[in-house]
Amino acid sequence: MSRLEARFSQLKATGKKALIPFITAGDPLPDITVDLMQDLVSAGADIIELGVPFSDPMADGPVIQRASERALEHHVSLRDVMQMVSRFRELDNETPVVLMGYLNPIEIMGYQTFAAQAAEAGVDGILVVDLPPEEGAELLAAMKGRGLDQIYLIAPTSTPERIKTICDAAGGFVYYVSVKGVTGASHLDLQAVESKLRDIRAVTHLPVGVGFGIKDAQTAAAVSRLADAVVVGSALVSRVEALAEEPEKIGRALEEVIASMRKAMDEA
Amino acid sequence: MSTTAEKIIGTLPDAQGHFGPYGGLFVSETLMEPLQELRAAYERYMQDEDFLRELDEDLANYVGRPSPIYHARRWSEQLGGAQIYLKREDLNHTGAHKVNNTIGQALLARRMGKTRIIAETGAGQHGVATATVAARLGLECVVYMGAVDIARQEANVYRMRLLGAEVRAVSSGSKTLKDALNEAMRDWVTNVDNTFYIIGTVAGPHPYPAMVRDFQAVIGREAREQMQHQTGRLPDALVACVGGGSNAIGLFYPFLDDQDVKIYGVEAAGNGVDTGLHAAPLCAGKPGVLHGNRTYLMEDTDGQIIETHSISAGLDYPGVGPEHAWLKDSGRAKYVAVTDDEALEAFHDLTRIEGIIPALESSHALAYAKKLAPGMKRDQAVLINLSGRGDKDMHTVAAREGIEI
Repeated sequence: MSRLEARFSQLKATGKKALIPFITAGDPLPDITVDLMQDLVSAGADIIELGVPFSDPMADGPVIQRASERALEHHVSLRDVMQMVSRFRELDNETPVVLMGYLNPIEIMGYQTFAAQAAEAGVDGILVVDLPPEEGAELLAAMKGRGLDQIYLIAPTSTPERIKTICDAAGGFVYYVSVKGVTGASHLDLQAVESKLRDIRAVTHLPVGVGFGIKDAQTAAAVSRLADAVVVGSALVSRVEALAEEPEKIGRALEEVIASMRKAMDEA
Repeated sequence: MSTTAEKIIGTLPDAQGHFGPYGGLFVSETLMEPLQELRAAYERYMQDEDFLRELDEDLANYVGRPSPIYHARRWSEQLGGAQIYLKREDLNHTGAHKVNNTIGQALLARRMGKTRIIAETGAGQHGVATATVAARLGLECVVYMGAVDIARQEANVYRMRLLGAEVRAVSSGSKTLKDALNEAMRDWVTNVDNTFYIIGTVAGPHPYPAMVRDFQAVIGREAREQMQHQTGRLPDALVACVGGGSNAIGLFYPFLDDQDVKIYGVEAAGNGVDTGLHAAPLCAGKPGVLHGNRTYLMEDTDGQIIETHSISAGLDYPGVGPEHAWLKDSGRAKYVAVTDDEALEAFHDLTRIEGIIPALESSHALAYAKKLAPGMKRDQAVLINLSGRGDKDMHTVAAREGIEI
């Protein structure tokens, strides 16, 4: 059983929902990423989503784009990110780690090389924002060959046929983007989310996560009533940004956000 | 013999938007359905007589098409080789080829019931061409432009504002065209219900590369007829500058099956391809994925996109249309690069010898023709796409020569 499967079935058994924080690897300093990952876990995170910095993050809002820029000032590469996962694995062999990023850094490394190195490092899955299943067969095969999951986004604009296509290719969990827009957007409409989750669950048994626009504990709790997992990104990354000049304070700040969300979700 | 060669026209892209390994649809999930709608509308209206009539009328009466072919006799004489002909896209309304495409896409937007137009722009030419058609059709218009480009193209920014467009400065990344494109994509993903994104070049996700090509191919269709009419035969070579590559593909496409016509795309070598300070992905880049398609890119060994350098803002882009990538690999077209200095020299040549002030982008094509023509025979013909006029570049050229205006 993969780490992702194990984690979701463990949560199910205890009646809890997964809390999935996102941070960008190397933001604001490459040296503190592994510590931050551990802080997130100790505050109640179930799965870590680790952003791979990219120069042109087209699907991200300004907060996560600036996180990429801060990491790239230190030339954090996909190889560096996998090394961070490796170091995290020496300390934590249970919490699943999903890399989230764009195709080009993977493309230039080569799909087979990437899949081999990711598996070796202890990565559990990847979410490639700009790779729809239609273009993704080759990478998917390389990933599957190493026992890694490919996580796909489903959007408010996805038709029932597309939801089916996506769920057929997906592994680990599927990720519903709760708003039309980029990461960090607002206006999350719970009713619309609920109805879309019904469509998704009609075609897949995979756990369904919801993200984009989850800013506080209250929203996290509300979404956790509907979904199997809650993904929170910009709300954390904006804390990182605010403390970029005092990096020693970041871990504590992220712990506070995650702990409050954890508490609200568990009481929901 | 040309008759035995395989036909290219009409075969590419495939149904998924691929030109061989290039092109495709590399976007986030939210855009997949809107792109599918766009593709359906585009395919429908390109077969719709009423739409095509409306487009043709606008191209004739609003843009001023057909644009003439001009035989540059004095310049040809001085170069001492092939005869040089210029396809005068600089004479179009708004001063460049860009409007051929914005008219087409704006008419399509209206048919699709979209009320808001967005665009990205580098030098500002595509932004002006978009603001122009948006004004005429009464559509709301937002243009994204890198903060660096806004500073170096003030006149075009003012022009867009006069036309009623909102120009939004983009201060992320390198603050140039690629970042403006990122920002326009973000706007589109957020406002996809009422918004049509007019991409200005033959890049981006399918169907943009094919759609923009088809709207720009009017250049080559006219030129092919005009050359036969004026010279009795097809030209021996075509030359056009390549940034994203829309003016080039517009000229090249109708000639692709004419195997005897040599095709040259000219990229911006900036300070020189070997200095690393250039904008020549086909000559010195590697294939990768950016802005929705797979193509040649300027990137580092980690797959990060790197900054480009060119005197011409319109060529300052790290990618290139996927059809050019395919034409390069297939050998049907040859891609070369000329430096800022060579382009400037050609800029002055055409201005002084023929009384035509070319855009700095087009000056790259002129500079390569200047190298090509002397090695050809006097009874041969080189057709250059003079894609835009140089008025917008007065400040850049003057500043380069230490003159303040």
